[in-house]
Amino acid sequence: MEFAFTEDQLAINQAARAMLVGTCTTASLRAMLKDDRAIDEDRWQTIAEMGLLGMMAPEASGGMGMGLADFIGIAEAAGYVALPEPLVEMAGIAIPLLAKLADNRGLLDAALGGNVIALGHPANLLVANADSAVAILLSDADEVHVVEKINVSIERQQSFDPFRRLFSVQWSPSAETLTHIGWGDTAQRGALLAAAQMIGLAQRCIDISVAYAKDRTQFGKPIGSYQAVKHLIANAQVKVEFARPVVHAAAAELPLGTLATRARVAHAKIAAGAAADCAARAAVHVHGAMGMTWEVDVHFFLKRITALNQAWGTPHQHRQTVIERMTTLPTGPDLTFASALG
Amino acid sequence: MKLEYTPEQQTFRKEVRTWLEANIPPGALPSFDLTREGFEAHRSWERKLNEGRWGMVTWPEDLGGRGLDYIRWLIFEEEYYRAGAPTRVNQNGIFLLAPTMMEYGTDEQKARFLPRMAAGDDVWAQAWSEPGVGSDLAGVRSTCTRDGDHYLLNGQKIWSSRAVFADWAFGLFREPGSERHKGMSLVLFPLDAPGVTRRPIERMDGEMVFAEIFLDNVRVPVADRLGHEGQGWAVCMATAGFERGLLLRSPARYQVGVSKLLALWQAHKDTLPASMAERVAQCWMDADAYALAIYAMVSKLDKGGRIGPESSTNKIFWSELDIAITAAAMDILGERGELMPAASAAGDVGTWLADMIFAISGPIYAGSNEIQRNIIAERMLGLPRA
Repeated sequence: MEFAFTEDQLAINQAARAMLVGTCTTASLRAMLKDDRAIDEDRWQTIAEMGLLGMMAPEASGGMGMGLADFIGIAEAAGYVALPEPLVEMAGIAIPLLAKLADNRGLLDAALGGNVIALGHPANLLVANADSAVAILLSDADEVHVVEKINVSIERQQSFDPFRRLFSVQWSPSAETLTHIGWGDTAQRGALLAAAQMIGLAQRCIDISVAYAKDRTQFGKPIGSYQAVKHLIANAQVKVEFARPVVHAAAAELPLGTLATRARVAHAKIAAGAAADCAARAAVHVHGAMGMTWEVDVHFFLKRITALNQAWGTPHQHRQTVIERMTTLPTGPDLTFASALG
Repeated sequence: MKLEYTPEQQTFRKEVRTWLEANIPPGALPSFDLTREGFEAHRSWERKLNEGRWGMVTWPEDLGGRGLDYIRWLIFEEEYYRAGAPTRVNQNGIFLLAPTMMEYGTDEQKARFLPRMAAGDDVWAQAWSEPGVGSDLAGVRSTCTRDGDHYLLNGQKIWSSRAVFADWAFGLFREPGSERHKGMSLVLFPLDAPGVTRRPIERMDGEMVFAEIFLDNVRVPVADRLGHEGQGWAVCMATAGFERGLLLRSPARYQVGVSKLLALWQAHKDTLPASMAERVAQCWMDADAYALAIYAMVSKLDKGGRIGPESSTNKIFWSELDIAITAAAMDILGERGELMPAASAAGDVGTWLADMIFAISGPIYAGSNEIQRNIIAERMLGLPRA
């Protein structure tokens, strides 16, 4: 039993985080919006060159053969910067799925090189990034279909989050699109990775609140010296501290594929969503009226949190999974970990 | 990251389980906060634990422990709570004073105090708060006046849990004339020393869980000071870190509480609204979240890490969780919740009322939650002091 990241895991997480924090500033986000760019080409190329997209693809396919526990900290970092590019969906879901196909029609190599593969999983209403994708993984009768972009028609559905480029997709399943694989644990991976991003987003909301509360003065003192403001932010930090270990445990346990691990993922999504929601509202509040404006950066994070909290299964749906586990499997202090249930 | 117990850890769990099953006293022991008999019954249990070398498994073998890591301590705690074993009457000693003594004590002090503590020969109380000093602990007024190789202790301490029947106390005192965080020392003193007067304080349910301690020229050797003279504040903060962050409230306590809540809900769910399932599930998740956070903390400690200001997040979380668990149980019990267990209409009220009353004190003791939020804001997040 050791619930800690290895030195290697910490090193790769830190390198990825440093790159993301260094390049994906809110100034960069604003510049992209001004030019209506979905992807920052320089950053996306760096992400591909660092090998981050292929972290969970098999080594034989040109990937790094790593697991979710290796990647989870990077998903957190992607949330921390409200990354517009689909690093998490590609590396965490689309690429591992493509790697399972008997014939991926060259799409795996294309994806590892940075060509976007979008996801139309049945857990979600719409398809993100369909416009910039070369192909979309779509669902029919619980089977995965690979459909090239030219064979679909798409319609933009405007999200409150300008970097969530959502589309409804019209397409027809056929023998050519059928892959003969199911979605497997994709729903859990999607929920887990959304949870990890929300941990990062929550921490970012706290960090910008702290920075503002040190700077902004009222009654002759920084507002962060007043207990009412301190406690508002501290409460959000407490929620983050008791959601993050759940997310990390879920990443390590997910491959077991049991009801206990599905419930852990559900718990992770609920807890991270609640922490992020609390942190986002605290961030708006600490910034006062400025927190409601376009000019202050809070909205980038609040919008992503609002979206991810309901994506990949709503909190209500995830609660039902937790209740199922709690009422049908044994519980107790010796059964904290899914491995202990056998 | 390895979230499986090793075969050795599983064997250890079995060994703990087997020993507890064979040795736990049948039926609940009488309260240690009501009568001398109840207190002594718990002392006997501590003695028995120690004879099996289960008193404190993380301590070095020569002090009565097994020299095990904190993961095994968690496994021990899980089995201890799972078995429903008696509450540790010496928790102030073994969970608070002992780890501090390991860090700040001399070899002589460790050899003299820890084996007796492990055996239950000395049961300890904490003497920090004063009538005028609660959250603002640096305002302590009780004094330790140097007199050769002795101190004369004077003043008044209050809210000392177990002090009604305990044998020794560890108290925070200051040199006369010193102010705030300077000039403080942590001094150990016997509760039956000449000049010590104890006055029990009755809790709202009639138990005497704490006492007031009056000190009138109590003479103790300088050798019974823990840490350097004037270093008392730092020593106390180390104790507080253990208290809030890890040892006082191990996660198994709440996981067992949630298992009881789950059983209560299952017995009554046909007459309860569906939303009650979600409340129970929230408690269940929070207890697991606390366990996971502690496993992460312990994995860090076992690699040589230290408990930092994040211990304050633990204290807020477990105290609020305890309230959530007991409040949910009270809502399930409905009108019967107010009945004392002996009332003929009480049915399966069990100890929920007493548990709920105790949970209410959680956000107050071990440093109020407001103080913990200040610590998080100032030391974890770097917000300016008021």
